[in-house]
Amino acid sequence: MSRYVSFRDFDWLLLVFVLMICGLGVMEIHSATEHTKFAGSHVKQIYWVLAGVGMMFLISLVNYQILLDRIHWFYIAAIASLMAVLVFGTKALGAKRWIKMPGGNHFQPSEWVKLILILAVAKYFADMRQHELSWSDFMKAGAIVCIPMLLVLKQPDLGTALTYLPIAAMGMFLGGLQWKQGLAIALLAVAGIGVAFYVPQVHILKGYQKQRLTSYQDPDSDPQGSGYQVKQSMIAVGSGGLWGGKGSQTHGAFLPIPQTDFIFAAFSEEHGFVGALGVLLLYFVVLMRLTQNAQTAPDRAGTFVVMGVVAVLSFHILVNVGMVVGFMPVTGIPLPLMSYGGSSVLFMFLALGMVMNIRMRRFVN
Amino acid sequence: MFGRDEKVSAIRLTTAQYMILGIFLVLAYGLWKLQVMESGYYATAAEKNRIRNVPILAPRGKILDREGRIIVDNYPSFSALLLRDSSRDLNADADLIAQGLHLDPEEVRTRIRHFAAMPQYQPIFLKEDITQDEQAFIEAHHNELPELDTIRADRRLYPRNGFMAHLIGYVGEVTEDMLNQPQFELYNPGDVVGVSGVERQYNNALMGKNGARREVVNSHGREVGVLGETDAIPGKQLKLTVDIDLQIAAEEALEGKNGAIIAMDPRTGEILAMVSRPTFDPNDFAVKVSRDEWNKLVTDPDKPLLNKAIQAQLAPGSTFKIIMSVAGWQENIAQTLHVNCTGGAEFYGRRFGCWVKGGHGAVDLEKAIYQSCDVFFYTLAEKLGIDRIAKYSTMLGLGQKTGIDLPNEVSGVMPSEEWKIKNFKQKWFAGETISVGIGQGAVALTPVQLMRAIAAISMGGKMVVPHVVDPQELPAGYVETSHVTETTNVPIDPNGWTFITDAMSRVLLPEGTAPSAHVPGIDIAGKTGSAQIVSLATRARFKNSEDLAQNGWFVGFTPRRNPDIVICVLFEGGEHGRLAARLATQVLKAYVDKQRRLPNKMVEKSKSGGTVDMGALWTAPESDKLEAGRFSLTLPKRPLALATAAPGIQ
Repeated sequence: MSRYVSFRDFDWLLLVFVLMICGLGVMEIHSATEHTKFAGSHVKQIYWVLAGVGMMFLISLVNYQILLDRIHWFYIAAIASLMAVLVFGTKALGAKRWIKMPGGNHFQPSEWVKLILILAVAKYFADMRQHELSWSDFMKAGAIVCIPMLLVLKQPDLGTALTYLPIAAMGMFLGGLQWKQGLAIALLAVAGIGVAFYVPQVHILKGYQKQRLTSYQDPDSDPQGSGYQVKQSMIAVGSGGLWGGKGSQTHGAFLPIPQTDFIFAAFSEEHGFVGALGVLLLYFVVLMRLTQNAQTAPDRAGTFVVMGVVAVLSFHILVNVGMVVGFMPVTGIPLPLMSYGGSSVLFMFLALGMVMNIRMRRFVN
Repeated sequence: MFGRDEKVSAIRLTTAQYMILGIFLVLAYGLWKLQVMESGYYATAAEKNRIRNVPILAPRGKILDREGRIIVDNYPSFSALLLRDSSRDLNADADLIAQGLHLDPEEVRTRIRHFAAMPQYQPIFLKEDITQDEQAFIEAHHNELPELDTIRADRRLYPRNGFMAHLIGYVGEVTEDMLNQPQFELYNPGDVVGVSGVERQYNNALMGKNGARREVVNSHGREVGVLGETDAIPGKQLKLTVDIDLQIAAEEALEGKNGAIIAMDPRTGEILAMVSRPTFDPNDFAVKVSRDEWNKLVTDPDKPLLNKAIQAQLAPGSTFKIIMSVAGWQENIAQTLHVNCTGGAEFYGRRFGCWVKGGHGAVDLEKAIYQSCDVFFYTLAEKLGIDRIAKYSTMLGLGQKTGIDLPNEVSGVMPSEEWKIKNFKQKWFAGETISVGIGQGAVALTPVQLMRAIAAISMGGKMVVPHVVDPQELPAGYVETSHVTETTNVPIDPNGWTFITDAMSRVLLPEGTAPSAHVPGIDIAGKTGSAQIVSLATRARFKNSEDLAQNGWFVGFTPRRNPDIVICVLFEGGEHGRLAARLATQVLKAYVDKQRRLPNKMVEKSKSGGTVDMGALWTAPESDKLEAGRFSLTLPKRPLALATAAPGIQ
């Protein structure tokens, strides 16, 4: 069947938009890190993007059906790697998130687990026959996501753990979620947040995490902590105005880590409302193009995989941009494709590789 | 699996698209709100971010003596601090920094760790009052250690060795406790304010107003430019009523001893000298007092931080007999009272001994004063009763604060029947009155109180409020809150005070209790006192331990008529009043010597010392007549200003 697969069917338009976003990201990384100890990061970012594009092409060649058929092995490997992090992981900044690899590199399994979860959830719902989600399917699908999520939460890495949620949510929604189940999720979420915050005996969230999650509502309560970051971010965005400005927040180092989590704030400060809206529009186009690919996917599983990618990407944008404009707490979630960082870039291109993979096989049947 | 053509619900996919659209609209609204609707506010906020107000510290005013000589000055000092630039690994630099600043690397690391949780913009103060070579080290390492910086602050330079320490007081960073008090409400945390003594009392005059510099900075607080400056307004200088020459004499007299000396001009209430021993070095506090040092000062049983001149409350001993004499005279009892002292007498069934075991024989008021006969005053006390004693004592300001312009004055205790009922819910026993008659028992006075009462007696009843700053010398615009210029008139029969002060002038004559303190050519009237701090029986039990030795007291003034100086000496553990009297006459002699050298009384003046020929007027003790004479006097070289050295200054 490989004769049906050709790069002519590759989504070149999507790639163009994605690379435009990456280009703006590289530009902003250059601007924000100039004259700091991170100078030159943009060059590294270009390498990451190139590596990502390469991996995207590679993964698009492997038939996703084969991956889906072996997904239980991948899933087991994912859980094992997360446990390994907890046992053998390197401790940095108070959290065990990395495994030291031979050769001095650090491997952060929680990023790759995201990809495996997308496939696992897709596989689960694709195999489901009925139109409406039964309560037992609901529980099982929830468990698929919750087990790795709890392991990541234990590291502790709240931000990454939260990014697993939209995968489950999107899968359930498309898989025929009933309104009662939606209500149950909502209640569960409210109760979970309530317990995590207000019952002192429950240690799901650490004190600093609670503070980080609440201080965005009142930045002045903690002017130098995470509330400080949100405040500085809002000042950066706001002072950008309609057309953008000098960027004193970014260049005076008031904006924390402007090349990673707060890159959108740095961009908004320098390019104003017009520039920021332009970037949002690019993301929107990418997401719409992805959903279109989901609709034309050759099978249920393909749709679920692409929509899983859509869910993760949307969630990242919502939480990151929401944080930058002061709507959301600081959770340490980067803006995909723009933020500096190898793990984030490679994950995004691998996910896009899966999408391409599915698209290239849309006429296979 | 390939055969499964069942598609995912199209409606749900479309719904997902609309949800994404919804998310983007919300985010776009967020951007619109910040960047278009409120962009002005955030532009200002960004501007404010870059501008930092750096205080320019105003130097405190100098403190001068009555002749304008500098007692307390400032000296420029620099503190080393670390700016916490996040791009530097402070811990890695700690060794080099510690070496350059002569600190322990571990201590530097501990400080860095300690400050880790503090806001970034707060610099870490590493060392205050750094030396010149430490400053040079920081200058030389600007490139290797960009985070290391200095800040200038004027520091207080106090006289060395605790000279005048209690009167001047010291400064310190305003504490949270103080900020809650109404008189400090205008101060900001971090302000250096007076903590005790004159520094505290006149802080508003001495403290200047800090200026500010508007700097453009980055988020690490590193200065990138200056926008403007408002100058600091330095504190006003303050002229004290104290005469350094006399202060030196008083400090020397009390050197190596415990106690207090105060000298005052009885006509005005101007304090001429005030010493309390043991003392402390306020220069230790001007930088930062170490915990060990502070603990040592606070737990020292001799209480070096206590200004005994206004804060010690002790039995006045026989000096109280002067007050007794006034009370007895005013009540027409003392002038006609004659007793036969046999070394003791019995009152209310208990025997009270006289300090002369053999007895004084026939004693009248005059002899009772200069011989300090206890039996006479026991009898007088019995006849007066406690309430009449309390009445005159209270009129003379005993058992009350004098109102001196120094913080934390205490009131002492002057017992009365009412006082006993109020404080002990007990009736006054007549037997207790007998001990009060010789300044023992429940009566406890501060040296300044006792001196003020004696001053009032020496002035024939005019009672002043002691003060260390003449209100007229205060800087313009300063609002004085004390009432140091108020005088009160205590009715004292002129014959009474002539009689009593004449008797007092015989104390230092061969027939008196302190002949060894006699200074030829100076007409001193005074009274010695030796006050037990525990009963003699108790003291014997402790094998006459030094700690329980009697306190020596002396109150006196000169000249006998129209006095211009009154003195009170408390010599703790001095055992006998005549030793206190010798300290007092040492100071009085210094005063009189200086008076006789004053330009208007001088025939010839020599700046660099040598002998001068001079004339003087004085009242002869025997004849009460004014006499005049000429004699020559050896002048010392002009004393140098005291504030010449402090830590860090060569």
